[in-house]
Amino acid sequence: MLQTLLAQQAPIEAIDTPAIDWAILAPLLVMAVGGILMLTFASVLKRLPSSVWSVAAVVISLVTAITVIPLWMRVTDTANSATSTLAGAVAFDGFSLFLTVVIALSVALSAMLADGYLKREGLEGPELFVLLMMSASGGIIMSFANDLIVLFIGLEILSIAVYVLAAMHTRKLQSQEAGIKYFVLGAFSSAFFLYGIAMIYGATGSTNLIDIKNFLSATVLADDALLLAGFALMLVGLAFKVAAVPFHFWTPDVYQGAPSPVVAYMASAVKAAGFAGIIRVFVLTFEQYRTDWQPVIYVLAILTLLTGSFLAIVQTDVKRMLAYSSISHAGFLLVGVQAATDRGVNAVLFYLAVYSFMVIGSFGVLTVAGGVGDNAHTLDDYKGLSKRSPMLAFAMMIFLFSQAGVPLTTGFFAKFGVISAAIDARSFWLAVVAMISAVIAAFLYLKVIVAMFFAGDDDHGHGADAEDAADASEADADDAGHEPIDIPLGAGIAIGVCALVTVVFGIWPGPIDDLAREALPRLVAESSAFLEIGN
Amino acid sequence: MEITSNWYLILSALLFSIGAIGLLIRRNPLVMFMCVELMLNAVNLSFVAFGDRLGDIAGQVSVFFVLVVAAAEVVVGLALVVAISRRRATTTADDLSVLRG
Repeated sequence: MLQTLLAQQAPIEAIDTPAIDWAILAPLLVMAVGGILMLTFASVLKRLPSSVWSVAAVVISLVTAITVIPLWMRVTDTANSATSTLAGAVAFDGFSLFLTVVIALSVALSAMLADGYLKREGLEGPELFVLLMMSASGGIIMSFANDLIVLFIGLEILSIAVYVLAAMHTRKLQSQEAGIKYFVLGAFSSAFFLYGIAMIYGATGSTNLIDIKNFLSATVLADDALLLAGFALMLVGLAFKVAAVPFHFWTPDVYQGAPSPVVAYMASAVKAAGFAGIIRVFVLTFEQYRTDWQPVIYVLAILTLLTGSFLAIVQTDVKRMLAYSSISHAGFLLVGVQAATDRGVNAVLFYLAVYSFMVIGSFGVLTVAGGVGDNAHTLDDYKGLSKRSPMLAFAMMIFLFSQAGVPLTTGFFAKFGVISAAIDARSFWLAVVAMISAVIAAFLYLKVIVAMFFAGDDDHGHGADAEDAADASEADADDAGHEPIDIPLGAGIAIGVCALVTVVFGIWPGPIDDLAREALPRLVAESSAFLEIGN
Repeated sequence: MEITSNWYLILSALLFSIGAIGLLIRRNPLVMFMCVELMLNAVNLSFVAFGDRLGDIAGQVSVFFVLVVAAAEVVVGLALVVAISRRRATTTADDLSVLRG
């Protein structure tokens, strides 16, 4: 019976499978397989101390960053430059490698912060590290994505792990509330993003960015309503992820409730991955339609800059303040995106790289200073931090100066880069608004610095916030004023590295800038990459 | 009257809107998850309709990816609801109001 059936069947044609350049996928494979292996080992070796997993996560992330080096050599070698693999679904260029390194280093630093945090909170275990690495592999997929569906899958891998990470503190209601809020709004925005993909697919007949670009440059669409609707919906989805106003509502709540090391990761890697998507889709693929999307980004950038810096000032919770400040940073990054030039992309890459270090450093200090329960984050709690821990206060000062864009820190060059790119692209008013918002935001950072260094011991206002009543068990601010803070080793190293990077590259930004510049031309050349189907 | 792919696109837009509005106005997390599913499946319908219109298989293939993602997403969402409802008896979105400012 079976024999006859088989005999009747026409000879099966071999399915053309796309050629896979495994070397290109190496960073992704190290991160994803590393995470899966860690989960497997963790289920067998239950009694290992938490630090082992932290060290393993740091090592795997650093290996991921190291595997990028030979690829970087290959991509900057002009003879063998940018290409794509997996039937054009995965782009291989300096841009993707640059952001892969940013994401991998964010994971390494956040894992170091998380070690001490988990011990303090009594949450030891490998889960947080595994989820961090899973999420980061999604981020790496996003930075490599050359196909809208791949971009969507990367976005979801990134986000789903972060939903869990935000709710990681199982005994803290705020953390779970943050998790579910992030989940609902994240899923909402993902659905918009996906609908945008469907519309662009309907308008252009492909989800592959190379095909879309070729189609758009070869065809004049009689009716581009579908395409423009697709732009709008995709932009909504990505703007949610990078916390651009008016899609920022989740940010303060989630940043406040989620565990601080997770917030460090969210503010750095998730933002980097989101901007990877925005730049590759809009600046690169829809370059031709820039007159349609640039004004939208222009408005988003202005709203984000102003809302971020104004609302940050009125906050009394330092974590919320930094959440709004991260919104205002997203505004600066959008200023670079809006320019839609090589210089703008270069500035955004530089900004993302140095911003990751300063924001992880800031939330690292918050992780340590937050005390047991990760609750002591009101401005009052930070009064006199310089007496309790001079090192911590000094590091925080560096990070806050850098976020404010004070010269001799990386933040200055980052802001300078995006603003000069905007001026280059003749967006003068946007540049003016960016500078004004930088000044407003500087006031906020100074407020924290003043509280840390100059607030006397006597004027500890007992913030009468009703929400703090729940944290009544928290040490009284006056008592806390004299307790020195223990800095766990991992967090100490992470904060030290971040501070060092912020200061050293703030004086000498050349190396990062050169790398960002080299990451750039390949981004443009990438669109000429050919499809490698079959052999 | 012939049913063209436009009809399916209009239906999918309606379903998507119902899902989006439902997510915004309903307060029960489970219903909100159902609304998310409705939105994602509305997009699936769009993909299939576009694929049909273009005579291209990629639209239908995309649906598989979306289905997997939607399943993974709802697993995490339900786990979060379970984690919260262990700590409090009722779980509506309005109860989740510790974080504000």
